[in-house]
Amino acid sequence: MHLTDLYRDVILDHNRRPRNFGPLDAATATIEGFNPLCGDRLTLRLRLDGQQIGEIRFEGEGCAISTASASLMTEAVKGKSRDEALALFERVHRLLTDDAAPVDEDLGKLAALSGVREFPARVKCASLCWHTLASALHSPEPAALPAVSTE
Amino acid sequence: MMNSSAAPRAPLAFDVDAVRRDFPVLARSVHGKPLAYLDNGASAQRPESVILAVDDYERHHHANIHRGVHALSQEATGLYESARDRVVDFLNARSRHEIIFVRGTTEAINLVAQSHGRSTLRPGDEVLITYLEHHANIVPWQIVCEQTGASLVVAPMDQNGEVHADEVVGRMTPNTRILAIAHVSNALGTVLPVQQLVAAAKARGIVTLIDGAQAVPHLPVDVQALDCDFYAFSAHKLFGPTGIGVLYGREALLERMPPWQGGGDMIRSVAFERSTYNSLPYKFEAGTPNMSGAIGLGAAIDYLQGLDPVAVHAHERALLAHATLRLEAVPDLRIVGRARHKASLVSFVVAGVHAHDLGTILDQDGIAIRTGHHCAMPVMTFFGLAATARASFAFYNTFDEIDRLVASVHRARALFA
Repeated sequence: MHLTDLYRDVILDHNRRPRNFGPLDAATATIEGFNPLCGDRLTLRLRLDGQQIGEIRFEGEGCAISTASASLMTEAVKGKSRDEALALFERVHRLLTDDAAPVDEDLGKLAALSGVREFPARVKCASLCWHTLASALHSPEPAALPAVSTE
Repeated sequence: MMNSSAAPRAPLAFDVDAVRRDFPVLARSVHGKPLAYLDNGASAQRPESVILAVDDYERHHHANIHRGVHALSQEATGLYESARDRVVDFLNARSRHEIIFVRGTTEAINLVAQSHGRSTLRPGDEVLITYLEHHANIVPWQIVCEQTGASLVVAPMDQNGEVHADEVVGRMTPNTRILAIAHVSNALGTVLPVQQLVAAAKARGIVTLIDGAQAVPHLPVDVQALDCDFYAFSAHKLFGPTGIGVLYGREALLERMPPWQGGGDMIRSVAFERSTYNSLPYKFEAGTPNMSGAIGLGAAIDYLQGLDPVAVHAHERALLAHATLRLEAVPDLRIVGRARHKASLVSFVVAGVHAHDLGTILDQDGIAIRTGHHCAMPVMTFFGLAATARASFAFYNTFDEIDRLVASVHRARALFA
């Protein structure tokens, strides 16, 4: 394993210039994600238009992996339906954790996260935002959700 | 010994290579690079003699202690109690009644909070700590304050991570009952003015506890000279095993304290109407203890006492000075914790490189450091940080390892530039 497998150009780019970063005024759900191991905190805000993710933005302080993962995630799920986004969560989760599975190249830019699985200590950095999103989408009342923790 | 007419002895050059050969793990490589173990503040490595002492006990002498009349039980008891004698000597305690084996510093502080604290604190009383404490010297006091109606008072630190004695003394009131402070900060390396603070507390009748987890590997500790009531440390930061630590307590105080946990070794007699408790130190050692751990700790103390303390200290000072100088020269790197008196550790942040990413990059170069909040979240909040990188040194570390650390930090900066 090499550092360049983990810190691919896409990851470095999204860390430097995170997309969909900042507040979201008309949010219908605000969810906090927390990684107690490293102290990373993430606030995810979405506006659900019916079953569709109309808008999604995030804020927080995190490492390059968590920042890039959140940035890539917001790009990937914006405009998707709740079910489509949850299906994507499952695929990314497999990508991050299942060493045996071939890399799902259909994931496009998200496939850049596949290097993370060679660095077990960093899987939670990449998965924090996804668990936070899944928690929001699984809940019938996402506005009232408690914070999501990786532990 | 040299005769008195000889010239003062020049400090011996510290033979770090010889010392390194005593620690088997230091010979290994990580990701194809020689291991540079700079995470001693989290847990130090063990010398061969500790490993062999534990191995010998497990192979030849193990049985339960303080109960059997058979040979193995007596041997195990002898080894366990002789480890206690080593601790008595190491801390310069007055007697073996004052040395209680616990799981570690955390358990020692919880023991004092729940036994002494819970039985004496009243509503309106105050427990005084400082801003830079480890969670283990915050949360046990929060719990006992909640149970008793006492309140927790926190003395400040300054922007250098320094705790000034007058700031702490200024927060001692007629209601202060307990002063619980770190000897050395795990997150910043600050050495606190414990001698002065204990004296001020004692003059006001305040019971004192010192969290010595980060101090014992670096500083000589003499509990009689310090005159503190309690002193706690963990073996695994002192080149000994995990799961074993020590609570030193002044005998008169320990005598007055109620038992904390019941069962096993802490019992003298049990009847359903009433049980009576064992004498010190066993009153506080309920259940079968960690015998192999205690024996390993005894061996670690033997090992340390075989080194020249002056040479060890000089080497650690030199490592700290070298690391500070080299790291300061890295652009965008800021050292967090600039106290005048520090133990040999450096906490730092690099603008544009999150500590967690830095930890991964250094690991790829075989360099082990700690990244995160160091179980001192209030310290991180104070400096407005989520995490720092912390390189913490032991006497077996080298200047070359520090140079490799610095080179790797440069590499991380280049990657994220």
